[in-house]
Amino acid sequence: MLVRPKPGILDPQGQAVESSLRHLGFAVGEARVGKLVDVELDTDDRDEALVQLQQMCEQLLTNPLIESYAIELEQT
Amino acid sequence: MTDAVGPRPVVPVIVFPGSNDDRDAQLALERLGADSPRVWHTDETLPAGTAGVVLPGGFSYGDYLRCGAIARFSPVLNAVADFAAGGGLVLGICNGFQILTEAGLLPGALRPNQTLSFVCRDVALTVERTDTPFTSRCEPGADLTVPVKHGDGCWFADDELVAQLEANGQLVLRYAAGANPNGAVADVAGVLNDEGNVFGLMPHPEHAVDPLLGSTDGALILGSLVDAARLSLVLAV
Repeated sequence: MLVRPKPGILDPQGQAVESSLRHLGFAVGEARVGKLVDVELDTDDRDEALVQLQQMCEQLLTNPLIESYAIELEQT
Repeated sequence: MTDAVGPRPVVPVIVFPGSNDDRDAQLALERLGADSPRVWHTDETLPAGTAGVVLPGGFSYGDYLRCGAIARFSPVLNAVADFAAGGGLVLGICNGFQILTEAGLLPGALRPNQTLSFVCRDVALTVERTDTPFTSRCEPGADLTVPVKHGDGCWFADDELVAQLEANGQLVLRYAAGANPNGAVADVAGVLNDEGNVFGLMPHPEHAVDPLLGSTDGALILGSLVDAARLSLVLAV
């Protein structure tokens, strides 16, 4: 699950990273810093996994006022 | 600090793993005339006769994920939410404010300070309203000096929400012009809920209750809460 600051939300961490990257000579545009949360789920049902992960994002992992999320599934 | 006359209202201070201002809050409230037992976060009920609740500052659950995001799921928070829903007075200080926003009991969210630095110093505050249970001891338009100490105190709400809160008179406490230490939207230092019984602020009134601490202005806020809690007891009789 990828958690990102929503567009328009001030992201001072992103700004600091952006400025450091430019300092190193990388021609980057805006940088934003979010979070990655990996969890293991014991299921083969992709739909069920997706529902559970969405609930995790909505109940705990994000604050919907300031953050958005994206989910990636990976079979192990 | 003024010890008021009348019954001592029960105003417990909730303690989460990582709270560190609970004893200061307890001491300040007790000197202001309340009985303030410290209540552990796993308790499912508030002490009998609770007339107000304080969520203290600190770093509950290590500030992991987002400040206050994990503490909001503590068993005691259900009791606090029920108490608030019934009109009970709830005050969140710093981490307590963060917990109340995460729990949806107060509007907005607290983000990392704009400077990315931890700020720890006295700030000047302007009281916008004195007709609330948390500011009744303040003079209208009063300037207070109260310390802040936080890394995530940048209160955020979008323009629409700010306009709505402003219109409702919920932006009760602001950093004075030029004194905003964290980049908070609209210089907001403290917010009241719509019903007027839940208040959160980033500055620490419990650290400004004795001349030895450099200011006694924090006692105006905590004293207001104790007054309102005592009044609720009298009215309940």
